[in-house]
Amino acid sequence: MKKILFLLLLLASPVLAAPVADTFPDPVMETRARDLQRQLRCLVCQGESIDESRAPLAAELRHLVRVQMAQGRSDQQIRAFLTARYGNFILMKPPLQGSTYFLWLAPFLVLIGAGAVAISVIGRARKAVAENPPDLL
Amino acid sequence: MTGELGQLALCFALALSLVMAAGGLLGARDNALTARRIAHGATMGMLVFVVLAFGVLTYGFVVSDFSIAAVASNSHTLKPLIYKISGVWGNHEGSMLLWVLVLSFYAALVAGLNRGGDHLTSAALGVQGLLAAAFLLFILFTSNPFLRLDPAPFEGAGLNPLLQDFGLAVHPPMLYAGYVGLSASFSYAAAALIVGGAAQSDSWARAARPFMLLAWIALTCGIALGSWWAYYELGWGGFWFWDPVENASLMPWLVATALLHSALATEKSGAFRTWSLLLAIAGFSMSLIGTFLVRSGVLSSVHAFASDPTRGFFIMVLIFCAIGGALALFAWRAPTLKGGEAFEPVSRETTLLLNNVFLVAACAAVFVGTLYPLTLDAITGEKISVGPPYYAATFAPIFFALLLLVPLGPRLGWRRGNLKDAMRTLYPALGLALVAAALVLLVASPRFLTGTCAFAVAGWLIGASAIDLFKRKGARASAFAAALAHAGLGVTLMGVAGTTLWRSEALTVMGPGETMTVGPYTLRFDGVTAEQGPNYRASRAHIALMDGANVKTMMTPEQRIYPAEGQDTSDTAIHTTGFTDLYLALGDDRGGGRWTLRAYVSPLAPFIWLGALVMAAGGLLSLWGRLRLRSAVPSAAVQPAE
Repeated sequence: MKKILFLLLLLASPVLAAPVADTFPDPVMETRARDLQRQLRCLVCQGESIDESRAPLAAELRHLVRVQMAQGRSDQQIRAFLTARYGNFILMKPPLQGSTYFLWLAPFLVLIGAGAVAISVIGRARKAVAENPPDLL
Repeated sequence: MTGELGQLALCFALALSLVMAAGGLLGARDNALTARRIAHGATMGMLVFVVLAFGVLTYGFVVSDFSIAAVASNSHTLKPLIYKISGVWGNHEGSMLLWVLVLSFYAALVAGLNRGGDHLTSAALGVQGLLAAAFLLFILFTSNPFLRLDPAPFEGAGLNPLLQDFGLAVHPPMLYAGYVGLSASFSYAAAALIVGGAAQSDSWARAARPFMLLAWIALTCGIALGSWWAYYELGWGGFWFWDPVENASLMPWLVATALLHSALATEKSGAFRTWSLLLAIAGFSMSLIGTFLVRSGVLSSVHAFASDPTRGFFIMVLIFCAIGGALALFAWRAPTLKGGEAFEPVSRETTLLLNNVFLVAACAAVFVGTLYPLTLDAITGEKISVGPPYYAATFAPIFFALLLLVPLGPRLGWRRGNLKDAMRTLYPALGLALVAAALVLLVASPRFLTGTCAFAVAGWLIGASAIDLFKRKGARASAFAAALAHAGLGVTLMGVAGTTLWRSEALTVMGPGETMTVGPYTLRFDGVTAEQGPNYRASRAHIALMDGANVKTMMTPEQRIYPAEGQDTSDTAIHTTGFTDLYLALGDDRGGGRWTLRAYVSPLAPFIWLGALVMAAGGLLSLWGRLRLRSAVPSAAVQPAE
């Protein structure tokens, strides 16, 4: 119910948005808004956040973020709202979930695997030195 | 007529590449002198014909011959000459021709330098011939730059205005010199596997080293140019976006860097013999995969690729054959080359091994981050974005750990090193690191732990390199080269940290005469004038950078509209002190002479590219030392101590 009410409010957003300018006068709010904007991807550009994009959609999304901030919603709530609307694609930082475990863990698995191989190579090389001491050291 | 000449030249080049492949591979046998000679001749002949084809296409662009489809859809009579020429590779067909042109140059270099003995060179030429043939077939069948239009249009469609820029005119040839340069190491590695024998497997690393260095230098410069272009052209003050196209160039760089280090040990003592071969194969594979990502259209959307899969499919088959073939050869031959590693845990070899562990993991982060979203979308239809926060959490810590170890490597002896002695020579660098960290804590605000660590590591790297450059008199060029390249890392790191963490920005709507401040700068807006360029219209803002009541300098960011292409771009204005950039981009017209202006102050931004230049200078110095060593006969007794 609350959500529907909120969506209705959003429909009326031109009225509601009137007091929300491009920038918040409060620097704390402004920094928060910029941080949040950088975490959200422009849906029509390649790899740009809505903070950077010049696309009209990005401008609308920036406005949306600021309207919601002005209503006192938390970053978490705003992100949740946007992912419900546009999917995880809008998040620059992919969430840690079933379909992304591999994405998040792969670099470290490779690091551990390569490290293990390196340790075994070093061990073998050490044995080779012990068995076959070089003349010149 | 000229178009057909180009087409014919490509067909001849294809025939010669096949001769080169056959002659080269047959010439790898003992006493196959004729085959070797034929392979050499075919290599030079192929170069001539590819240069001819490239020249014909360039001529078509210069004289605006719109009967050639590639010219008609990518050029325009009003375009300045330099962008007519850069338009040759500003499109798919032409860029593939550039790729083959660079490949032919490298093949001719392999033949001309004839390093590592006749057997090895011949087999390497054979492999280069196969690669050239594959790419020439790709061009002739799916991406022919000489296709005709009948009737020829009266005017061309123009070139994407973003590409009409000096940085992007020179970026692709530089990057391709790097991508394709890795084909030479690839060919030498494959040649070593074909020829076989432990002796060959070590001399290949020495023979291929100049090409590894050349490719690495070109990649370093190419990536830096691309990032610099993104910085001043895209208008957001960012220098790296972790965009798949950028990642496609970073992956070969990471593998090439790993290869440069591992091949050192292979040359020296035959250590990591098979691993270096595998890295040489992997390096060029990354180039091919990067080309596939950029050229197949798979990046813009999986579905764009599916709707016109011919090219993508062809490259995929090509990649499969090249990588698969090389890996099969590796699996078949490598076991006979089993390594002769013998070193203590504290030694140069161990540090080179750790270098490779971290670089491979860093490359894995970029690889997975780039390809995972595409794979997930193709398989499940689920769409996710992998943006900068992912790389900050994976790539950054792995690379950071690598940087910590960098100064140790050159100080440990081969086979057995002394950690205590190494650390003793590094005390001044440690001191510099602490001073850098303290300075950052004192001067910079706000304070960041990451920033403090970054500057400490930069001090550590630069300090260690300075010790090498000044204290170790009489050392070989290679030692200086390594010191320079490692110092470059520190310089770039400072630039990245400074810009990322301490950038200040202001976004203001201003009318004529109004002033704004950003960081320590005061700017006065003197209005916007309309300007006419050769093929664009511009709104040029006049902004005075104030020094008290006086005007210090005028800055003129622009918004440009390119009517032929129907696109607009923003042309930024940058005022640099060498340490700090003041960066202005003009935004929207708000009416009544009022405009949006974005201003950024990016501390140490120039260091990002300065560091890359220092790294490239290190590479060049190493290359110079190598080419000078050519006269000295490489023997087991006299080996470059790198």
